[in-house]
Amino acid sequence: MRPSPSWLSPKKRRQLLRSSNHSMFTPATRASRHDSSAPARSFVQRLRTGDEAAFLITLVCAASIVVITVLLVVELYSASAASRHRFGWSFLFSRTWDPVAGDFGALAFIYGTLVTSALALLLAVPLGVGAAIFLAELARRRVSDYLTFLIELLAAVPSVIYGLLAIFVLVPILRTIEPGLRAVLGFLPLFQGPFYGVSLFSAGVVLAIMIVPFIISISREVLLAVPLEQREGALALGATKWESTWQVVVPFARTGIIGSIFLALARALGETMAVTMVIGNQPAINTSLFAPGYSIAAVIANEFTEATGDLYISALIQLGLVLFALTMIINAAARLLILATEKKGARR
Amino acid sequence: MTYREAQRRLVNGFMLSLTGVCALFTVSVLFFILGYLLWNGGTSLNWDFFTKLPKPVGESGGGMANAIVGSGKLIFLASLIGIPVGFLGGVYLAEFGSGSFSFVVRYTTDLLNGVPSIVMGIFAYAMIVLPQRHFSTLAGGAALGVMMIPVTIRSTEEFLKAVPDALREGAMALGASKSKAIITVVIPAAIQGILTGIMLGIARIAGETAPLLFTSFSNRYWSPGWNQPIASLPVMIFTYAVSPYEDWHRQAWSAGFVLLSLVLVINTVARVLLSKGGYGRR
Amino acid sequence: MAAGDPMQTPMKHPTPKVDNVGLAIHQNEPRPTAAAEGAKISTREVKFYYGDFEALHGITLSIARNRVTAFIGPSGCGKSTFLRILNRMHENVSKTRAVGEVLLDGYDIFGMEVSALRRRVGMVFQKSNPFPKSIFDNIAYGPRINGYSGKGTLAEIVERSLRRAALWDEVKDKLHESAYSLSGGQQQRLCIARALAVDPEVLLLDEPCSALDPIATGKIEELIFQLKRSCTIVIVTHNMQQAARVADYTGFFLLGNLIEFNDTRIMFTNPSKKETEDYVTGRFG
Repeated sequence: MRPSPSWLSPKKRRQLLRSSNHSMFTPATRASRHDSSAPARSFVQRLRTGDEAAFLITLVCAASIVVITVLLVVELYSASAASRHRFGWSFLFSRTWDPVAGDFGALAFIYGTLVTSALALLLAVPLGVGAAIFLAELARRRVSDYLTFLIELLAAVPSVIYGLLAIFVLVPILRTIEPGLRAVLGFLPLFQGPFYGVSLFSAGVVLAIMIVPFIISISREVLLAVPLEQREGALALGATKWESTWQVVVPFARTGIIGSIFLALARALGETMAVTMVIGNQPAINTSLFAPGYSIAAVIANEFTEATGDLYISALIQLGLVLFALTMIINAAARLLILATEKKGARR
Repeated sequence: MTYREAQRRLVNGFMLSLTGVCALFTVSVLFFILGYLLWNGGTSLNWDFFTKLPKPVGESGGGMANAIVGSGKLIFLASLIGIPVGFLGGVYLAEFGSGSFSFVVRYTTDLLNGVPSIVMGIFAYAMIVLPQRHFSTLAGGAALGVMMIPVTIRSTEEFLKAVPDALREGAMALGASKSKAIITVVIPAAIQGILTGIMLGIARIAGETAPLLFTSFSNRYWSPGWNQPIASLPVMIFTYAVSPYEDWHRQAWSAGFVLLSLVLVINTVARVLLSKGGYGRR
Repeated sequence: MAAGDPMQTPMKHPTPKVDNVGLAIHQNEPRPTAAAEGAKISTREVKFYYGDFEALHGITLSIARNRVTAFIGPSGCGKSTFLRILNRMHENVSKTRAVGEVLLDGYDIFGMEVSALRRRVGMVFQKSNPFPKSIFDNIAYGPRINGYSGKGTLAEIVERSLRRAALWDEVKDKLHESAYSLSGGQQQRLCIARALAVDPEVLLLDEPCSALDPIATGKIEELIFQLKRSCTIVIVTHNMQQAARVADYTGFFLLGNLIEFNDTRIMFTNPSKKETEDYVTGRFG
């Protein structure tokens, strides 16, 4: 047998000695049925190679995610116990928010959250899908990449910065266009009533700008993934570029685009700072968009530190639970939709 | 050309131009934000901002030195929590995981990622502030740290998985044990992507305000140690922006400019590095 | 090293009476059987399972010391699978099982520490897989992780391995550049050098030339001739001419069975099994 190489360290040499000693006493002459799926190494031997330790350490870290999430849900649930026991499910349908009297209801905030998010989607979806179409179908690849890079930077801008700009730039702008809007759409109850700047409308517009980058970036990827044959098929039949895009490519990517919209919605629902700064902070339900309102995230942000009494705090935490449930459902739906589009594209 | 054809061409030109307008509008918003902040915030930025503490309410002058340091401390603590757990969890998912447990981990990672940041604040409040009965840097850092974990896990897993199996096999054929192969070959191969993922995670939590509102709260003075409330840039921006004082508005712009610069620089550097190669490039 | 050191004197055990399927020794040919020459590796009734599916049906053969043994056969016949059992690389894939006896110099490989086995039985893969490190660090990887400690001789080991792989002259001036700066053929020779750096006794080559052009292939075949003086070589190839060129012994695999195993000359000129003859004459591929 070969002598071991001279560069082998003494420690390693001893290790090899041990291992070959081990096999020296393995009855090698017998025709042993050896099953390699159960290697004959002791726990200590495996530990020394570090595999077992690495496995355990990384396992613990991975498991901690699950633990944290479970803990989160448990904490939300238990810390809101006082409020839940007091109000039960009627919490979701009560319009009152009276800290003094100790009567709390979520309806005003659910309304504000949903209205601002709906308005945001109404504005962001055409803008976002339109931009995504441009970036995926029309722009040359390099131009598209650079522009997408810039748009993804928009997604990285912190919420509080959007809020800052919303207060001092957006609201004055909206104040100037408000008469125009009222003139055109004033027949709708949505656009009636006094406008002081901070309102559901302003919050909706800010949210729209904040969620547009998400719609664009995901929709663009989904559109790019549509197979070339689809476009070529339409063009070969004499369709214009727009017709091929709008009638063939976009429908093909429809599920993924809707998924991106859901994802954007989930973000809009949970957005706190920018909304807080321009929504007006009034727990009231008005049909007009020009009226001030309140969202779930905004009221928690504003009143949490002022909250006196256990019931008040637990009501706020119950609101947090509602928000959590809402975003969880929408996120899950979004992921399923995006997954469905990927599978569809891959199958072809 | 028939009428119909002309109409179709018109619609074609119009709609396609419209999409271009949408894209350009979105991009211009970015430039507008940058420009406006530069103008309003950059021009009123002075040395005081970085070195002085806030003045009492109503008095003009002062700076945000404590908020800058405070944000630094919070980010540091958050990284201490988020990076190791996220990185090692990602290693598990990529190298050891398979089967239903990994599925559960991935699912809850996505779930945690989608939780609104204000709810994270409530979580940290319930876990740390309530038992301690006071606001603290620890609570704020913990909230941010937990937010970093899903982002770090996902990017670590993605970049480790992008390393070809051939490298793992090559290392093991030379006698490396599985963990040695991972440490000496796989992780170094993926490290560029992993680091950029971490950078993006840091940029994201640097700008977070909501989870800090009732965990680290705020502080008009320095905050030694980890157990006191601490000032942070985002919270200061919020507080000053909604206040009635002109001087505070000016300072909010300066802080906004500093914060945005930091976040955008980290993002740009990270994304440029990502596109420059290594495995798993976008 | 002291006499009686287990590393020096292998435990004696009788040469197993190997039941090579289809072994036919022509009395006029003086070449001894692989087993009689002194088997470096011997296997007995090795079976391999993917889950419940039996992919290898009891392979028994001997790999001769300091010779080149080739495994040939159509795709999917199990030759690569069998090769990977020899250094226990199959254990990296879950839900697989190898059953049977495999001995290295008389020692059961399943009883050894797997890292120790792989230091002695090296492998070069079909597609070259250099690490994203410098050329130097690629070669030095094996010695480093196997416990080599001093610095001075590391450079010597790297040079020696690169010379053995006939790559030294081409890379000696750029040892610290990335391994990816080399051509495909050079990268494969780099992988061979990397495997040689730990001084293995056996080198397993899994279709090492299938991704290379004829010139690079020729260089590697030339290399194999040189290497067999110091190493035992086992090569899997789908290229029969290559087997005829380089191998001393050849085994023909078909559908998980070892149909015939013999001296290469006999295999190609006078095989005893019809399937062997059909394959080597090209009646099926």
